[in-house]
Amino acid sequence: MNIRKNIAISENGFIFNPLTGDSFSVNETGLFILQKLKEGETRETIMKTLQDEFELDANSAEIDLNDFLSMLKSYQLTEYEDA
Amino acid sequence: MKMRNITIGVTGLNNIDSPGPGIPVIRALKESTAFDVRIIGLSYETLEPGIYMHELVDKVYQLPLPTAGTPMLKERLQYINNKEKLDVIIPNFDAELHSFIKIVPWLREELGIATFLPSHDSFEERQKSELNKFGERYGVTVPASYMISQVSELKKLEEEIDYPMVIKGRYYDAYIASSIEQATSFFYKIIAKWGYPVIVQEFVTGTEVNVTALGDGKGSCIGAVPMRKLYITDKGKAWSGISLEDDKLMQIAHTIIEKSRWRGGCELEFIKTRKEEYYLLEMNPRFPAWVYLANGCGQNHAEALVKMALGEEVKPFTSYKSGKMFVRYSYDMIVDISEFEKISTTGEME
Repeated sequence: MNIRKNIAISENGFIFNPLTGDSFSVNETGLFILQKLKEGETRETIMKTLQDEFELDANSAEIDLNDFLSMLKSYQLTEYEDA
Repeated sequence: MKMRNITIGVTGLNNIDSPGPGIPVIRALKESTAFDVRIIGLSYETLEPGIYMHELVDKVYQLPLPTAGTPMLKERLQYINNKEKLDVIIPNFDAELHSFIKIVPWLREELGIATFLPSHDSFEERQKSELNKFGERYGVTVPASYMISQVSELKKLEEEIDYPMVIKGRYYDAYIASSIEQATSFFYKIIAKWGYPVIVQEFVTGTEVNVTALGDGKGSCIGAVPMRKLYITDKGKAWSGISLEDDKLMQIAHTIIEKSRWRGGCELEFIKTRKEEYYLLEMNPRFPAWVYLANGCGQNHAEALVKMALGEEVKPFTSYKSGKMFVRYSYDMIVDISEFEKISTTGEME
């Protein structure tokens, strides 16, 4: 999943999507994932680093990450994909 | 750089909850780096707030309503020009544009007043009732639209388009109907206010995005800034909005302005679907009331229009800032009755 290139992410977790004009606030975990996505990390790598950084088990990390990624998609923060 | 003194007549001083573009245009002109402007406000009603904004409007004259016809308008403009020596006039109302377009040569030759308006043909081809043809001609996707004059035609249209459908007036107003009963009621409401025909349009689901743009009439788009409404009034007007960065939308807007050889300011209204398709809903033939946002984004469209009206070459703007917001507010001015008396009885006020 690719985050849109021009999404602006501030240090305190304020997200601005200049394509849609939407803005959001995310917590520390959300900001962590977004930064990793922006750096081009894969879903697998992000899941692993999430586990390490926040001391999560694999199952919780996967559920939380999938949840967050589908939210990003529904808010059009990711590149448009057909289907 | 030495600023040039210039006198500009501006209409659309109705800075109300459904505002005209006059005051935003004046604010942009006052911030011009090329001109030192004296603003002559041209009003139609005595309670247009701009009449009383003395820091923006230097003098005001009432104009006859467009229904009075062009001879009355010409007579009044001649009187105003004798006193003020206008260099440029910027009309900002849809309903008055037809009359102003008609008298462009007379304004230029007889009074020496410059304008920068679309031709009669350009003005007509983007009318709401012509949207299908306009879309076809310039390769822009538009929602299916049908013009009807009888309520019975609504029933037939149920075979062509699904509910909800949009019921629109020829010049203004739009309602979303979810049943034949609602559609019928809106049909009568529209004809009572705006007359025939009524436009029935396919409802496209998505987000409304708008573009304020300026064309040079020779096939160049001089400036364009896209915006999404963030807060909408009960009349559907933007009370707050934000400039966007949307390359596809900008490409479509540029294509429309360039191919139609649009001359002057305009507003393009689109619906963007979840699949990132853009449907052109309307092309308004003048600056929108939110045009001052373009100035805030680095494109002073009003100043560029004045330069072109004066015959100067203007290079297209190449960039603008996204993420700039406008937030409107209401403000009560305290006005002495003597001012109201002056504009009501003499039709002019300093």
